[in-house]
Amino acid sequence: MAVLQMQRISICAMKKNRKAILERLQELGAMEIDIQLEDDSGYRKKDVSNSKATFEKQAQTADHALEILQEYAPEKTGLLASLNGKPLIGRDQFTKAAKGQDNYVETARRIVALDKQIAEQKANIQKLQNQMEALVPWMALTVPVSYSGTRKTSVLIGTMAGTQSLEGVYGLLAKSAPEVDALDVQIISADKDYTYLAVVCLNRDVQAVEEALRAGGFAKPAQSVNKVPAEYQKELQAEMDEAIRQIEALQKEIVDCAGSRQDLRMVSDYYRIRAEKYEILGKIPQTKNTFALSGYVPAYQADQVVREFSEKYDAVVETEQIREEEAPPVLLRNNSFSESVEGVLASFGLPGKGEMDPTFFTSIFYVFLFGLMLSDAAYGLIVALACGILLVKCPRMATNLRKSIKLFFWCGLSTLFWGVMFGGYFGDVVDVVSEVFFGHKVSIPALWFVPLNDPMRLLLYSMLFGVIHLFTGLALKGYMCIRDGKYMDFLCDCVLWFLLLLGLIGMLLPTELFAGIAGQQIYFPEALKAATKWMAIIGAAGIVLMSGRANKNFGVRIALGAYDLYGMTSWLSDVLSYSRLLALGLATGVIASVVNQMGSMGGRSVIGVILFIVVFLIGHTFNIGINLLGAYVHTCRLQYVEFFGKFYEGGGKAFEPFMLKTKYVDIKEEN
Amino acid sequence: MAAMLEMIGGNGWALLGAALAVILAGCGSAYGVGVAGQAACGVVTEDPGKFAQVLILQLLPGTQGIYGLLIAFVALSRYGLLGGAGMELTVAQGLMVLAACLPIGIVGLISARHQGKTAVAAIGIVAKKPDQFGKAMLFPAMVETYAILALLISILALPTI
Repeated sequence: MAVLQMQRISICAMKKNRKAILERLQELGAMEIDIQLEDDSGYRKKDVSNSKATFEKQAQTADHALEILQEYAPEKTGLLASLNGKPLIGRDQFTKAAKGQDNYVETARRIVALDKQIAEQKANIQKLQNQMEALVPWMALTVPVSYSGTRKTSVLIGTMAGTQSLEGVYGLLAKSAPEVDALDVQIISADKDYTYLAVVCLNRDVQAVEEALRAGGFAKPAQSVNKVPAEYQKELQAEMDEAIRQIEALQKEIVDCAGSRQDLRMVSDYYRIRAEKYEILGKIPQTKNTFALSGYVPAYQADQVVREFSEKYDAVVETEQIREEEAPPVLLRNNSFSESVEGVLASFGLPGKGEMDPTFFTSIFYVFLFGLMLSDAAYGLIVALACGILLVKCPRMATNLRKSIKLFFWCGLSTLFWGVMFGGYFGDVVDVVSEVFFGHKVSIPALWFVPLNDPMRLLLYSMLFGVIHLFTGLALKGYMCIRDGKYMDFLCDCVLWFLLLLGLIGMLLPTELFAGIAGQQIYFPEALKAATKWMAIIGAAGIVLMSGRANKNFGVRIALGAYDLYGMTSWLSDVLSYSRLLALGLATGVIASVVNQMGSMGGRSVIGVILFIVVFLIGHTFNIGINLLGAYVHTCRLQYVEFFGKFYEGGGKAFEPFMLKTKYVDIKEEN
Repeated sequence: MAAMLEMIGGNGWALLGAALAVILAGCGSAYGVGVAGQAACGVVTEDPGKFAQVLILQLLPGTQGIYGLLIAFVALSRYGLLGGAGMELTVAQGLMVLAACLPIGIVGLISARHQGKTAVAAIGIVAKKPDQFGKAMLFPAMVETYAILALLISILALPTI
């Protein structure tokens, strides 16, 4: 349970070792580079933006090629593959792939180019299809659409809007051009928008005929091809077949590249690593022959780094303690159980400067409260088993995911425990099944008590757990005050509050009001009663006097103190907030019994059993889902608002070391 | 007045209470999950990878409906109104059941609506800063506190009859 101590480390070395040093640092992944120069005159920084952009682009090309490969030659992956993390690759294998980088980049480019050709061919096919469609109405025409006639005759080929009959066209011509007597009109085809027709007339009449036709809405086709439609269609078809064949060939070529998938991944990662390295390279100050680096290293690794770099690379390496004004990055180190809750903590905020790491306490309360909210033995078992199997089956899961799954594993066990205490197994499935299908009722008795029969009791316990949780928070605040030597703060902000709150609780317990709620009268000896009364009075008076101690004006100080005392109401609402433990616990149990009851409505018959199984599976899946969500959200809330509210602010920055940041593979450490 | 109460009968009032718990809380949740769902759709259109996160946020206002169902079920089963073989409640008892059902019904309706709106805003956080999911989740959960308090009172009030 600790925030790892950081040290600032500075490295100065010869330029000839620059590459080796940077690469080794990246491999170690133990240092966050943080260069702050007071004065950067006299140094040069290398402009690396071009090389960095090139590397990034090459990594992207490889990624793109991999996407294309996935599209044409999908890789079969198991259900758990996405959980399984990145495969572990030996360094020699990676180096081999990196050496063949040019080949693989070539492959990647080729795949991208092939994909582009396929896209072009597909566009081509689309174009051909459009042309063929435009040709369909002209299929009956035995001359090209652009045909204009013979030596003596003219042919007008075109469309007229609407559906025209042969008589209609002849009538139109007779009316508009009565002088023309030699005419032949053929309707090639007609659809709902246009009539396609060919009109033959003598050369001398052509102008009159055309004008007459235009007046009736005649238009020549926009694109006319100098080929007989039927033949042209065959040509287009042939062209299209060719395009399809080409696409198939191109696809096959892409699929043939599927073998280099793994290498492409490594090359992509190789470029990603280099881009990262160049980013750092661009930041470091250099002179003609030397360069310098500075950053944070966890203290426990500092010695190793110092020794390695000063021995192997002739570098001057210095470590120093973090200065007062610096806010070092935060790296947490916890035991195997507590680390599972680090993700929950991180999403609130890592410990800020000078704050302690609350992970250990958070983890204990998290698991405890989560189980209390879900509180069904069967659900707990299912969750714990599912998470346990995942943890065993996927040993190389990404670290953060692994921690979350581990958290749910422990929460599942806690749920199992509380389920047994409260007698919940899929709600009341044992009672229902035994009664409906076997005729006599069997129930598994609760080890402690059944909350639905005695909700007041669980309510009181919920608040008791809440008080313990909150007091732990207050005690941690006190611990931090003592650790930092702020004894006055410890006395005023922690001890006085403890006095007041314990006093108040002590005064409440023997009252009839409490007896009415708890159903049991608690008797305190007179001395204890007096003691609690005086504790409360001293606490309250102390808070009024001392809370505003930073203020010099006495009146303001008292007013601030009184306001702070009013903060007691927030303690009341904080404690009441824990009633959600009861409410959510009951919700799980009651919905489960709704499901069981609905399932058993079919009665004792074959159909009844089938109905029960279906309703059971659907209903309980739904119930687990919705209540897992509820328990997760509200446990987080109790931690974030009630618990952290007492002592913890967060706001630290995560430690982001300069390391091998890969997307597809992990490279095996060499010792 | 008394005649009217008598006409509906104890069981009738109790049933009305259970119905109101489900109806009001359910309407509130339907509204809340609905508006949050619309916002979630918008985010998924831009970035399908955020599906799981926004789905969780969308579901948060859904719990009030479940609390309503829970109270209705407890009321129905406790007084044997489920499945027939029930007891005859007096009018006074029936009205008490109705009164006990009202907190979760009314608070459920209003809190789910507001939780839905808060969830929409929280989905906005996730859209812009996915790493702040933990905090985004907390804001809608704050609203839910009051539904839980109402649920608690409804549960505690029911068995006293």
